[in-house]
Amino acid sequence: MPDAPDILRLENLQVHFPGRGGVLDHILGRPSAAVRAVDGVDLAVRRGEIVAIVGESGSGKSTLGRVITKLIQPTGGRLLFDGDDVTSMKGFSALRPYRHRVQMIFQDAYQALNPRHTVFDIVAEPLRSLRLVTDHTQLTQRVRQSHAAAGLNPPEEFFARFPHELSGGQRQRVVIAGALAVAPDLIVADEPVSMLDVSIRAQILQVLMDLRQQRNMALLFITHDLPVAWLIADRIAVMYLGRVVETGTADDITFRPRHPYTVALRNATPHVRGHSDREKLPALKGEIPSAARIPNGCRFHPRCPLAFARCREDAPPTIEVGPEHTTACWLMK
Amino acid sequence: MKNPCQQAKAPILAVEGLAVDYRLRGSSLPTIRDVSFEIQAGEAVALVGESGSGKTTTAMAIAGLLPPNAAVSGGEVRYRGDRLPIDDDAAMRPHRWSEISVVFQGAMNALNPVHRIIKQIAEPCQLQLGMSRDEAIARARELLELVGISAERGRAYPHELSGGMRQRVMIAMALACSPSIVIGDEPTTALDVITQAQILKLLTALRSQLNLALILITHDLSVVAECCDRVMIMYAGRLVEDGSVADIFANPKHPYTKLLIESIPNPEHGKRMVRPIPGDPPTLQHRPSGCAFRSRCPSAMPVCATEVPNLKRWEQGRVACYLHPPMKHEEKALANA
Ligand SMILES: Nc1ncnc2c1ncn2[C@@H]1O[C@H](COP(=O)(O)OP(=O)(O)O)[C@@H](O)[C@H]1O
Ligand SMILES: Nc1ncnc2c1ncn2[C@@H]1O[C@H](COP(=O)(O)OP(=O)(O)O)[C@@H](O)[C@H]1O
Ligand SMILES: [Mg+2]
Ligand SMILES: [Mg+2]
Repeated sequence: MPDAPDILRLENLQVHFPGRGGVLDHILGRPSAAVRAVDGVDLAVRRGEIVAIVGESGSGKSTLGRVITKLIQPTGGRLLFDGDDVTSMKGFSALRPYRHRVQMIFQDAYQALNPRHTVFDIVAEPLRSLRLVTDHTQLTQRVRQSHAAAGLNPPEEFFARFPHELSGGQRQRVVIAGALAVAPDLIVADEPVSMLDVSIRAQILQVLMDLRQQRNMALLFITHDLPVAWLIADRIAVMYLGRVVETGTADDITFRPRHPYTVALRNATPHVRGHSDREKLPALKGEIPSAARIPNGCRFHPRCPLAFARCREDAPPTIEVGPEHTTACWLMK
Repeated sequence: MKNPCQQAKAPILAVEGLAVDYRLRGSSLPTIRDVSFEIQAGEAVALVGESGSGKTTTAMAIAGLLPPNAAVSGGEVRYRGDRLPIDDDAAMRPHRWSEISVVFQGAMNALNPVHRIIKQIAEPCQLQLGMSRDEAIARARELLELVGISAERGRAYPHELSGGMRQRVMIAMALACSPSIVIGDEPTTALDVITQAQILKLLTALRSQLNLALILITHDLSVVAECCDRVMIMYAGRLVEDGSVADIFANPKHPYTKLLIESIPNPEHGKRMVRPIPGDPPTLQHRPSGCAFRSRCPSAMPVCATEVPNLKRWEQGRVACYLHPPMKHEEKALANA
């Protein structure tokens, strides 16, 4: 895996939304600050690799997923897919080949499914709209295969059903089957198991892990749950307020985190079998600031229990702290 | 740590044989059955189960807030020894909020968007406690500070607050009439881990500060490990296991509890494997005979299909499974016959 070529590469990628500002700003003609949802992300995903993005809500994970799948346009930086610069590619027909290779799975399977369509039509939809297969026998074949790969067995039993006739776990599998039908090289999954019961969650994670084995498909898995990320991912990238603050192997991030924010995330995670002797930093105070008001210096410094003078002034560079392990923190300098 | 078997103190809340049915398209569907438990003053108990297992229905029944198509078909609820009129909305009014209070599932997203939060907290104080407007506002400010929001923030509208802050507002509202029991229905399910930890910490602090009894409803067993004394596991409308947190995690008895624990990814376990529970929970329309878990249970025996196993008491708690207490040889032969 470490030698596999990159399927996805983000270089200083930015998504800034125009700020709306308050009424007062408007009256005084003050420009309102842009919402810097994704604010300079560097990240690579290799062919067949599973990378998890973790961070609390408001850190920009969903926006990152949406810009990678080209549901929105980046406002800066570069987005490379399989070696090609796709940063400014847009429009339905220009994006068709890209959509064929990159698919997105959303958190809420219930909203993602059209209640009036049968499961067959839902799974066949991307194949039809991307005009990947036109022949009916072939279409049925592809839909059946996707059902089976997503764990909907026997496939025929689900074809004629409607979303309301499915359990929550089955609905999420239909969403996965739809994404798989086009045989993508990369799936971006935005919190695909957060709404599911723990027992069903494990089934879906298993389906996704099997897919990588069978199809060598890469997966960018967005979650706020560190144990889930550890379970499914080869590598984890920790995101805070629009930036990646630490990346490393799943084990390094889980057992040897270096950035104080990663440590805080780990400490906030409920653990099941008693306490271990891990170092305890004080719990994080307060809330993540708005992406329209990103603090100067290190963007984490107002909440960081270890912040010192330099953190308030300069943003720390991302440095290597081990093989495949990087972090952006002045303590590591 | 309290021992559930120790009957020395009178419980603050006693639920006995509670049963609720929903009417749906002309037929009556048994939803929860034979739910019995006791809670001591100041105790924190978790009610854990998959979605659809009947947790919210149980909470609503206890608070006398069931929807019109639901009926309490059996059992009773006692508060400090007195039977509560849970199927009479008007008669329940003096008890609700001032004795038993509920933080509703998903309610933090249902705050009125056009009113400042201070007003939304003050309103129940006026209605329930008969306070004047000024008194109610003063009480609301006090409640905000209690849940860790500065009183000045009370001027904010719901959309100006994060999910965690809105959940704090819901907790403040539940505390308005100084209840002794708070039922939190999935209070952290929609929140990220950092916010979840903050809310659980707040509930734990309030609990000891106000000597609150807490019923924490969740589908996520890992949430309860650090903030509850006891866990009750619910499956398809019945309690299947009840025990201290330490005991449930270290020594689960019911096969469902065991599988639930194994399906939580746990890095401290060292191996990157989860064991999914096969299949889906039964729907209301298709409840199997006997033990409802048997279709997904790795240790199901013929006897499991015959009759619902009783929730039997043992030294450390209660469990409803034919494997407990372990059968003697002759009995085993009979069960497998
Ligand atoms: N369309 C949008 N317009 C303006 N701000 C947005 C938009 N989408 C997201 N944001 C803001 O960007 C930040 C990151 O949001 P999001 O990507 O949803 O984070 P996460 O998925 O990690 O919770 C938040 O502050 C959010 O309010
Ligand atoms: N108002 C209602 N009418 C009919 N059925 C309902 C109603 N509310 C809940 N149910 C059903 O009752 C069962 C238990 O639901 P609930 O108590 O909400 O479970 P939980 O809170 O554990 O997810 C589910 O099968 C659900 O579909
Ligand atoms: Mg998101
Ligand atoms: Mg519920």
